[in-house]
Amino acid sequence: MFMRFFHRMASPPYFYVISGRWLPWLAVICLALILAGLYGGLVEAPADYQQGDSFRIIYIHVPSAWMSLFIYVVMAVAGGIGLIWHIKLAEMVAVSSAPIGASFTFLALVTGSLWGKPMWGTWWVWDGRLTSELILLFLYLGVIALYGAIDDKRRAGRAAAILALVGVVNIPIIHYSVEWWNTLHQGPTVTKFDKPSIHISMLIPLLLMAGGFKLFYLIAVLMRLRSEILERERNSKWVTALVGSEDRRQKTEDRVQESDVDPRRVGP
Amino acid sequence: MRPIRRQRLYLIIVMLLGIGTAVAFTLKAFNDNLMFFFSPSDVVMGKAPARQAFRLGGMVVDGSVERPGDDLLVRFKLTDYGKDVAVEYTGILPDLFREGQGVVTKGRLRPDGVFVAEEVLAKHDENYMPPEVAGSLKKETVAGRPASEEK
Repeated sequence: MFMRFFHRMASPPYFYVISGRWLPWLAVICLALILAGLYGGLVEAPADYQQGDSFRIIYIHVPSAWMSLFIYVVMAVAGGIGLIWHIKLAEMVAVSSAPIGASFTFLALVTGSLWGKPMWGTWWVWDGRLTSELILLFLYLGVIALYGAIDDKRRAGRAAAILALVGVVNIPIIHYSVEWWNTLHQGPTVTKFDKPSIHISMLIPLLLMAGGFKLFYLIAVLMRLRSEILERERNSKWVTALVGSEDRRQKTEDRVQESDVDPRRVGP
Repeated sequence: MRPIRRQRLYLIIVMLLGIGTAVAFTLKAFNDNLMFFFSPSDVVMGKAPARQAFRLGGMVVDGSVERPGDDLLVRFKLTDYGKDVAVEYTGILPDLFREGQGVVTKGRLRPDGVFVAEEVLAKHDENYMPPEVAGSLKKETVAGRPASEEK
């Protein structure tokens, strides 16, 4: 049952249709989670006993940092599946995730820097956590650049997947950096086996934001996948049929407006 | 799983193991350089460099902060609950600097054993709670300091 679902989803035309149906629902849930999280974090949650209101940047910083690690693992696993089973969709998941992951990494670094200045007294230090997170950003950029540098997209996807897999060693380093070495960055608050060392009233909005960010990633990667599928399969029958029918509908609607339709997109 | 796929799977696993081992050895070899700061115990035991500048991190000892003049000079002691090191600093301290708070300082060791800092950074811990909760926690542990600090 599950395997059948999996097999069908790996077929690009089926995936394209199904994901199109999912997107609006995901968007609604994502928006609800983020709005609830923001309200809870910025309005409802009490100020911190030491950091006052400045701690509220946690509601962007920490979910972004979690996402930067999560997306990298997804990218590496999808890349590995693509390498082993030669599933086109898995390769596409890997390469479509890279820019989203890079954005979250960048966001985590920037918000961390903005938080560091008032709390620690510095924008940046070369401690284990900050440095390994910066390396993660470079790994993402490397995957994007490598994929963009090779014209044959199947080969490009495989090369990028290998780089993503090599970089996966950095993930445990980032997570344990604050425990293995003396760092300016503090130890984990939530992601440890112990009880989270954050008050429940502050934790709930954080988890809501984390859920919202996860869904945002899902939405972004689905949208990127859909356009990647159309791009790669533009010569296949189902795409020309799909685009053709959409074009025809468009034309009847826009007949008055004299729209300039790209000649390549006109179906048979 | 078909043999060719199994082969590719093994290849990837071997690759990951190889890279993992290589990175683990490298990090182990550079372990000392990856430490962002030395602890007061390291300094007392002479592990910290005597002539170069280095970073010293620890908790500010309760009641040790004093300002001898009306300039910006401030003296305090840093501890890792094992050994203490006296620190002198001239400049503006970060907002989070207070007694019982973790800080990381950068500077040099004077021959008399006092650490002269050029820069003081506050290190905040991983606990987040509303002030009321922090207040009631403090009442519960009147005599001691929070148990879970500085591994």
